[in-house]
Amino acid sequence: MIHTFDAVIVGAGGAGLYAALEASQTTKTAVISKLYPIRSHTGAAQGGISASLGNIEEDKPEWHAFDTVKGGDYLTDQDAALILAEEAVQAVYDLENRGLPFNRTPEGRIDQRRFGGHTRNFGESAVRRACYAADRTGHMILQTLYQQCIKNNVTFFDEFHVIDVLLKEQRCFGVVALELRTGEIHVFHSKAVLFATGGTGRMFRITSNAYANTGDGPALLLNKGVPLEDMEFYQFHPTGIKGMGILITEGVRGEGGILRNRDGERFMERYTPTLLDLAPRDIVARSIVQEIREGRGIRGDATIEDFVHLDATHLGKDTIEAKLPDIADFCRTYLGIDPAENPIPVQPTAHYAMGGIPTDIYGRVLKNGEGHLYEGLYAAGECACVSVHGANRLGTNSLVDLIVFGRRAGQNIAQFVQGSDRIPLKKDSTRYAQERISAKTGGQSGPNPEDIRTELQNLLMEKVGIYRNEQDMLETVERIRELRQDYSQVKIAHNTSAFNTHLLDILELGNLLDLAYIFAFSALNRKESRGAHSREDYPKRNDDEWLKHTLSWLEEDNIKIGYKSVDISRWKPKPRKY
Amino acid sequence: MQITLEIQRYDPQKDKEAFFEKYDVEINPNDRLLDALMKVKQYIDPTLGFRKSCAHGVCGSDAMVVNGVERLACKTLIKDVINKDGSPIKIEPLQTLPIQKDLMVDQSRFFEHYRQVKPYFINKEPIKEKERIQSQEEREDFDDGTKCILCAACYSACPVVRGINPSFLGPASIVQAERFIDDSRDEGFEERASLLDFPDGIWPCQNFYQCTRVCPRHIKITQLINKTKENIVKYRTSRGEKIHDLP
Repeated sequence: MIHTFDAVIVGAGGAGLYAALEASQTTKTAVISKLYPIRSHTGAAQGGISASLGNIEEDKPEWHAFDTVKGGDYLTDQDAALILAEEAVQAVYDLENRGLPFNRTPEGRIDQRRFGGHTRNFGESAVRRACYAADRTGHMILQTLYQQCIKNNVTFFDEFHVIDVLLKEQRCFGVVALELRTGEIHVFHSKAVLFATGGTGRMFRITSNAYANTGDGPALLLNKGVPLEDMEFYQFHPTGIKGMGILITEGVRGEGGILRNRDGERFMERYTPTLLDLAPRDIVARSIVQEIREGRGIRGDATIEDFVHLDATHLGKDTIEAKLPDIADFCRTYLGIDPAENPIPVQPTAHYAMGGIPTDIYGRVLKNGEGHLYEGLYAAGECACVSVHGANRLGTNSLVDLIVFGRRAGQNIAQFVQGSDRIPLKKDSTRYAQERISAKTGGQSGPNPEDIRTELQNLLMEKVGIYRNEQDMLETVERIRELRQDYSQVKIAHNTSAFNTHLLDILELGNLLDLAYIFAFSALNRKESRGAHSREDYPKRNDDEWLKHTLSWLEEDNIKIGYKSVDISRWKPKPRKY
Repeated sequence: MQITLEIQRYDPQKDKEAFFEKYDVEINPNDRLLDALMKVKQYIDPTLGFRKSCAHGVCGSDAMVVNGVERLACKTLIKDVINKDGSPIKIEPLQTLPIQKDLMVDQSRFFEHYRQVKPYFINKEPIKEKERIQSQEEREDFDDGTKCILCAACYSACPVVRGINPSFLGPASIVQAERFIDDSRDEGFEERASLLDFPDGIWPCQNFYQCTRVCPRHIKITQLINKTKENIVKYRTSRGEKIHDLP
């Protein structure tokens, strides 16, 4: 079946829905999602969305931008960071004006709380910048945007899994998708396509990410010759529920929660004396691992299974129930404890990809490090890399990114499609998609794909996690090559065409393997430590050689590496202290 | 420990009728029911159909009926659903919605009802300040309804939808409407009143409280439905009109 639209948006999380709201005002727009829209993982974001409203204390976009740059260990593109911080203010008001139920100050304004790495006056002290709706800010954003899409009659294709993008040289003209309900292949012929497919956290065993976060957009583009940027930078959130990885928002520490080791010591005092528990995530996650390695984890056995305590008992039941109700609910459900009475056992959890599909500040996808662009091809949200997060994203900035750059991409698409034609479809426009499916179906054979998935997730968790070294990464890259070979042998029975979730699982595994390969290879390639990329064999940041973005291309089974310069036009890189 | 799941299977493409199949799974009692289902799918029978995503109770994908009660599989620990008599944990799809495959149901009707009540913010007044001012108390007034994740557990558990009047608007849609009615910033009450005040609208609810009992977000759903009814009665009375509860 062939559908004709001006704009097609792949993914219905925050970035996709915001772009859809913008683009659909003037152009015929479709949103394609492999889930129902309100199932997207934006809904799991908890703590807040930062904007320098100054509702509680003085604040400025310039301070927010600087924190974003410093938080990203100076790999953040500085003009882009300023756009993020400046447009965050109006974006938050827009959301409020569309009904988002933010918590309020006694004066009835949007309330704000502290979050990691967000400071006043270029690092003086923590500032209250994160606007929040209890600890379900992402849920409220997703709901509000979906509600507005209903109001504006946006067209949705629910449970369609995109498996090809139509590209003719540098021009994009649609996507091909598999419909879960029927197993049919659909062509979406369009003038522009936006990828907003979210994260890749399912590469790791312990993750805060949803099952759906398998990097479908970046993996597809990678296989079509598009480069990915800064894939070695992957954030571990310091506080996931021990063993399960379920996110415990930084908002707990924003409200005054304290990390403690087995001696009850507030160990962050030794690592970041100014910001303490509210240092950026890469630093807090490393500090936790350091404590564990030195035998001061709660178990004290210095293994990867060990953990520390997040103590919120002094906040009192009222504050916890009013400002962190879902966290309290998670603790009761999964741990059988009340956070007002017991500390929460936490360990770092794989959380966020700083890298992704390279774009400019309008969401347009870049072809190379020289600034050449694809036409009609866009990306926004976690799957994209502008780069506003550099080597380490600050808490709350993911939601800001979705709204600010989802909106910019939607607006640019609306303009672009006005003045452009649709490239005619070829007869065999579904061939690549058909080949992908037939390669994986037609009688069960090869290894159990779930063994491949499990090994991959353990491998990355143990060898390319928070701390990294040459030997581990060499082994990992080699092993992923073998796993990709094993995967190429996998075929499933495909005994029914309708609701064949098994086929989707297998396609997603292929995406994870490709992204893991690029991720580990890029990490091996970068011989320095910066932000979330911490190498034991190269423990220092090296601006002389490595103040540059990585671009990586997948060419058959090999990876080609290139670079892109970093915009440091506003603030000169300095050592990063908190 | 080893547990047995007894799962309802049905593939309309192949099966004449639904049947139950048993699966033995090795699992930790503190694991989620979703973890057990994943083990079945990954290592025993990959054709088992169910939806899932966030795996911690916030996306609403994996509502199903467990031992006769609507639950999210990812928010249910094994130890909480083990039967004391050693019988298998029985898992069925949500009731009141057509089965697509195994534990997957067609939620179209549920979402149509949701869309019917104008579940979005309505206020045509130009904004005077940067944000609309709202007191902490006013914000608290509609907090409960904002928690809804549209998982359809309430719609499945409702005895009215199940039999008395399957055309009933259903609990979740009313919760979504009341969330805006109670929001001091919203001005859509008049537009929504006629979408709620009709025989199959809010009136079929008979306070069975099943929705409240099963809601994985602990929303006091029945209370919100009653509040909606009161609001409509007040509105009609003030205009000298009757409520439209009879066909």
